[in-house]
Amino acid sequence: MEAAVNAKPKAKLSGANPKNILPAWAQWSVNIVFILYSLLCIIPIVLLVMVSFSSEDVVMREGYKFIPSVFDTSAYDFLFEDFRQVARSYGITVSVTVIGTVLSMVMVAMYAYPISRRDFPHARFFTFIVFFTMLFGGGLVPWYLVYVQLLHLKDTLWVLIMPLLIPAFWVLVTRTFFATSVPSAVLESARIDGAGEVRIFFQIVMPLSLPVLATVALFQTITYWNDWFLSLVYITKNENVSIQYLMYKTMQNVQYLAQNSQAMQALQQAGAYVRFPAETMRMAMAVVGIGPIVLAYPFFQKYFIKGLTVGAVKG
Amino acid sequence: MANHAAEAIASATDVPEVKTRKPSFLGTVRKYWIFYLMMLPALVILFFNNYLPMFGILIAFKKVNYQIGIWDSPWVGFKNFEYLFLTKDAWIITRNTLAYNALFIVLNLVFPLAFAILLNELRSKFMAKLHQSIMFLPYILSYVVISYLVYGFISPEHGYLNKTLFPLLGIEEINWYFEQKVWPWILPIINTWKNMGYYAVIYLAAIVGLDDELYEAATIDGANKWQQMTRITVPLLTPIITIMTLLQIGRIFNADFGLFYLVTRDSGVLFPVTNVIDTYVYRTFLTVGDVGMSSAAGLLQSVVGFVLVYFSNWVVRRINSENALF
Repeated sequence: MEAAVNAKPKAKLSGANPKNILPAWAQWSVNIVFILYSLLCIIPIVLLVMVSFSSEDVVMREGYKFIPSVFDTSAYDFLFEDFRQVARSYGITVSVTVIGTVLSMVMVAMYAYPISRRDFPHARFFTFIVFFTMLFGGGLVPWYLVYVQLLHLKDTLWVLIMPLLIPAFWVLVTRTFFATSVPSAVLESARIDGAGEVRIFFQIVMPLSLPVLATVALFQTITYWNDWFLSLVYITKNENVSIQYLMYKTMQNVQYLAQNSQAMQALQQAGAYVRFPAETMRMAMAVVGIGPIVLAYPFFQKYFIKGLTVGAVKG
Repeated sequence: MANHAAEAIASATDVPEVKTRKPSFLGTVRKYWIFYLMMLPALVILFFNNYLPMFGILIAFKKVNYQIGIWDSPWVGFKNFEYLFLTKDAWIITRNTLAYNALFIVLNLVFPLAFAILLNELRSKFMAKLHQSIMFLPYILSYVVISYLVYGFISPEHGYLNKTLFPLLGIEEINWYFEQKVWPWILPIINTWKNMGYYAVIYLAAIVGLDDELYEAATIDGANKWQQMTRITVPLLTPIITIMTLLQIGRIFNADFGLFYLVTRDSGVLFPVTNVIDTYVYRTFLTVGDVGMSSAAGLLQSVVGFVLVYFSNWVVRRINSENALF
């Protein structure tokens, strides 16, 4: 299946038809356009990192620069002075991401399998149930009230997980994959050999569907990792915020980090006038927040792109 | 069909009927009970997360009083809607949401499609893959991160544009977060930049899936690249283009909250050009605490959005039923 996906681009990109290719000058112009655009995608991140390593005085004087005239790590020194809030937020984000992704993947697959089965008479109805959520929603207010007034989930870990568990789009993608890529003859023979539905699902369907399951897991990981809206709406206790929300708060007011830092407060109470490297520390916080995802990106980007075309087998 | 998304959604509502005689409801339940059990966890989540709030839209017709409970609060008919339309916000947020999203739909089609076609022309497979990967990076960044990246450039006091680039070019400094006229440019640029990779990958996959023989035949007939693009590539991509566009039209009343709330740094001066339905509902509900007006705006958003997707799907089905969503 993966071979089938890869074979076509290869044939196409290497110029299957040598007469039908752009001339060299056009090739180069296209390449240059893309190189410029790629730079446009990377440069903002470079600027962020460079500012975080600048000296606060220079930033105040000259503004954000790609090449800081004075290198300085004091922003990070301050940030790591009291790492507890950052560590705690990281812990919350990591737990939410891991629990959410695993639960979501299993629940999506368990819902997608029955509705992928052509012999299941209610498949159409249950497909519609999930499809309809893409078309219509109740909006923020009732949604908020369900979680807060009815389920009393405000300020819990679960409220950061539950709303994102069943993405309709991925249920439908998984369903299509089950329906088209798991041969029904295999299911039939397993049934004849006496395997129950549960066993067929876990021992045959799931292992055969690793590409789509991995895709769902990958996209859900990003969804959970990037989520800040649920924290914004449902979390009121400062210490229980996710790393994205902590970054958002730092953006608004860099003092937010200081408020939750006992070391910083102790210094201030002692009467010392703390010169707080506000601008560079803000950027350092951002670097600490986005670091993992940008560092991991080169390793998993190809799965992302492959994942988006996971159903391309049919051509 | 070259793309899973299109296929998954296009086929969402057409499970072939069973050929054998229709079994009784109870018979089905007895035979497939394990399926219902498997679907149960997701159904519970869908019930609380999606379906219960759908009934909750009735709140828009109530004057909510938390003391006596939501369901015992008195009905007020269309009062909340009247209040909403008495403010000038109603017009502004509707206009902003529709105008920005319409622009985004066009930009998310034209640029990624052009990029996908160009990527496909690159002979160096390595370069094509490299560009594709880098282009995809902004898509996986959260809007919190993007608000930082944008701030790096347009921070009024220290930003790269105001402090380095503009003095170099002799342009005057701009107080970005207080200047309304720059945001109708900034927001579409950021939206396109963030989504470019995603749509380009989808369109590229569709292009790669097209039959090479068509292009070979066209070359023999003397068609140049431009003719091949306008006469072969784009017409053959119509189904996927229609579906991607329909999906976005369906959400034309739902603005990207992160873009309009975080990237603008929630700056009040900018509201005339950045306030959209989503940010308005959020602010009136959770900042101001006005349940009535925010749920009225939310209800309008849901209902009009649904009508729009239904209508556009109907139009598409009239033209070519194969391209319709449902």
